[in-house]
Amino acid sequence: MTIGLGHYLTVASILFTFGILGIFLNRKNVIVILMCVELMLLAVNINLVAFSVFQGNIVGQIFAMLVLTVAAAEAAIGLAILVVYFRNRGTIAVEDINAMKG
Amino acid sequence: MLLQALAFYVFAAVVVASGAMVVVSRNPVYSVLFLILAFFNAAALFVLIGAEFIAMILVIVYVGAVAVLFLFVVMMLDINLVELREGFLKYMPVGAMIGAVLFAEVLLGLGVLGAGSATMTTLNSQGPQVPAIENTRAIGQVLYTQYFYLFQVAGLVLLVAMIGAIVLTLRTRPGVRRQKVSDQLYRPKEEVMTVVKVPTRGGVQ
Repeated sequence: MTIGLGHYLTVASILFTFGILGIFLNRKNVIVILMCVELMLLAVNINLVAFSVFQGNIVGQIFAMLVLTVAAAEAAIGLAILVVYFRNRGTIAVEDINAMKG
Repeated sequence: MLLQALAFYVFAAVVVASGAMVVVSRNPVYSVLFLILAFFNAAALFVLIGAEFIAMILVIVYVGAVAVLFLFVVMMLDINLVELREGFLKYMPVGAMIGAVLFAEVLLGLGVLGAGSATMTTLNSQGPQVPAIENTRAIGQVLYTQYFYLFQVAGLVLLVAMIGAIVLTLRTRPGVRRQKVSDQLYRPKEEVMTVVKVPTRGGVQ
């Protein structure tokens, strides 16, 4: 019973699906949506690292590190925007964010 | 080998369960805590597969920085917890449908990839190899030579994110008195002091 690449890819795909599901379910809460984005990025990282190890190529882990960097930057900027938005409007519901009529 | 498989299944089950709890948890604070649990167990999966450096970076960056940031923001914002859950069941069918379709597609892709191409089977049969040098040294040898510009761009991204977050959340309140050193230094001499000629036995007028 060896753990293969398929096992890791399955875990990553389940995690990614939960991330998507969370974005659809939590329409009132931007913080949980940001957390779901982090979950999806974690799934991507699991994919990258699993392929890197099973192919014997270290570059995938470097890409995983870069994804990690971008995820951290995204979390910082997103939460800063959230704090400013809450300060101005007093709510964080997604449905109320329509000032730009997009 | 059996122990490794057992550890994989335990960690994978905890990752998936805590990922589900992040989505369905009633309180955002619990969501953040389950997110931390998911990150820890994903790091354990990485250690299991032999990518120790990424695992440690994951713990440091995600648990140490990102999750604490989330926790800080969740606790700082005064949000109504009951209001947040409205519409959860309303969006449940469409969300579950889209999630199921996406998951089926991913599994289909995996199945096709596994059955159709010979590369996948060879990859699977290889298994994790024991590297000649340790993981951190291998990453460093590639990262600081071949991908040096990407490394620097990553640093630039972090710098921009830091400046952006500070600029976004900085607020100058009116009515707060602050010391402005430049204003103090640039006061003209004529406004501040006058030179008076004092006559003998006259005193200052």
